Amino acid sequence: METYAMRRSGIVNALLNTFFILLSLVIIAPFILIVAVSLTDERALTTYGYSFIPTQFSSLAYEYLLQTPMVILRAYGNTAFITVVGTLLSILLTSIIGYTISRRDYSFRSWVTIYVFIPMMFSGGLVPFYILMTQYLHLKNSLWAIILPGLLSPFYVLIMKGFMGKIPFEIIESAKMDGAGEWRIFFRIILPLSTPALATLGLFIAFNYWNEWFNALLFIDEDRRVPLQLLLVRIMNTLDFLRNNSEYIQGLGLDMSQFPNESVRMALVVMVAGPMMFVFPFFQKYFVQGMTVGSLKG
Amino acid sequence: MNNLKKLFRMGKSDRELTLLALPSLLYIFVFSYLTMFGVIIAFKNYRYDLGILGSEWVGFSNFRFFFISEKAFIVTRNTILYSLWFWVITTLAALLVAILLNEISRRWSKYYQTIMFLPTFVSWVVVMFLVQMFLSHDYGFLNRFSETLGMDRVRWYLEASYWPAILTSAHLWKSIGFSALVYYAGIVAIDPSYYEAARMDGASRFQMARKITIPMLAPLIIILMIMAIGNMFRGDFGLHFFVPNNSPLLYNTTDIIDTFVYRALSVSGDIPMATAVGLYQSVVGLILVVAANYTVRKFSEENSLW
Repeated sequence: METYAMRRSGIVNALLNTFFILLSLVIIAPFILIVAVSLTDERALTTYGYSFIPTQFSSLAYEYLLQTPMVILRAYGNTAFITVVGTLLSILLTSIIGYTISRRDYSFRSWVTIYVFIPMMFSGGLVPFYILMTQYLHLKNSLWAIILPGLLSPFYVLIMKGFMGKIPFEIIESAKMDGAGEWRIFFRIILPLSTPALATLGLFIAFNYWNEWFNALLFIDEDRRVPLQLLLVRIMNTLDFLRNNSEYIQGLGLDMSQFPNESVRMALVVMVAGPMMFVFPFFQKYFVQGMTVGSLKG
Repeated sequence: MNNLKKLFRMGKSDRELTLLALPSLLYIFVFSYLTMFGVIIAFKNYRYDLGILGSEWVGFSNFRFFFISEKAFIVTRNTILYSLWFWVITTLAALLVAILLNEISRRWSKYYQTIMFLPTFVSWVVVMFLVQMFLSHDYGFLNRFSETLGMDRVRWYLEASYWPAILTSAHLWKSIGFSALVYYAGIVAIDPSYYEAARMDGASRFQMARKITIPMLAPLIIILMIMAIGNMFRGDFGLHFFVPNNSPLLYNTTDIIDTFVYRALSVSGDIPMATAVGLYQSVVGLILVVAANYTVRKFSEENSLW
């Protein structure tokens, strides 16, 4: 295709590239805007509003955030804990069930498969889940409230089953001949052979945990348990509150400059979302592969 | 009975495998089957102190409260229309981008792909901030820009009629890269000899796209469409909750079943009604998924879920 594409007339090529450059600009414009605002002096923001080029450059917002790094570091710590523990547990749970239903000689294969996939068709909805988590498991304000709900997705089980089903049965059989039990076979032979599938799935799961906000929104109130995404939600709400009640706050004798202002807020978003924007693109290929498989049952 | 006998007589291998899968089986039982049982709250006047079993039965009154309000119509309409519209617009845009991507040299298309894929990695929470940077009344880029052109500011967050377009833009921005790459992967997989033969016969690029690329992608498009129909009763909570900043003035055009249930639970605390609406969503969703899967089977057996 390379030579073929280049053989075409220069005008068409130029038009195509112009289209894609414009599209790319539209897509990255919001990112540029937020970085620009986070680097703009606060008074310039009040005068000129948000603009793509900092009217008056200032790194004060970042300095302010780095002077009081505890909030951000704690949120990073919570998110890192959720991501690492969640991903490892999730991989384990997904692979044990995916492997079991991939074994053609397992007597309850079809029963277990149906059992796993019925929840894909029907769920009790948000409220029974919420009551289970808060009234019976007592997970309000626990990081486990964010980890547990996402541990096992039928879609990932499907992918895992597909992959492990392709491992030649002769390997399992010969291990059995040598007297290995099923657990030994799974942990010593199957898991090491499945590393590519584990890595791809692990990437997905880690990504989902990193960006998780829904369960955090439902279950986390305490400041010290707040993960990154919830920190952002809170910053937005705090500012809405302050903006709508600035007279009230002045009346209380509080200094408005003590609160996160516009540029600090945007700098915070950059510091929360930024680092992963440089990490995830390296895995883009696997995302497309995995998502295609996930949506189409490869 | 036969299965019970089998259970007691099962071999060492079966027993070990069942034991191996046991943690996952238990997990699914607790998080999926127990919550399915919880839908009986929809038929009760649930009180925390009495618990699920102890609360009083009230029949269908929770459903009645929801369905006699105009909310039922609004959120159902919004959920379905947004799902279908998003599918149509995203598919058209993604197909166009994918076909054009295939027309430029690989070296450049790699850069474009990476850039288009970036929004996939940000959460809706972050998108909420990005959208505010453009629409905010005081500071927003659009309002400041239109002022320099001598136009009036627009109160984006107070006027519901703007929001179908805004939500569509946000959705497209976030999903175009991924969708386009799915179709692009489909195009790359097409046997190049079709194009060679077409070129020999003097076909133009446009003709090749229309007569080879689109027909070859048709099965993929149809399957994704059927899946979208199966899921159309479920909306994108993050998009509809965060991007309009959960502004009550905009509910008429932004509220969907998912956000409605969330608010009924966490804001108004009307647990029985929230459960009833959730059950309504689950039941209709079930019917749609079964119907969609039945249709997939007709097209291609291997792509159906069961």
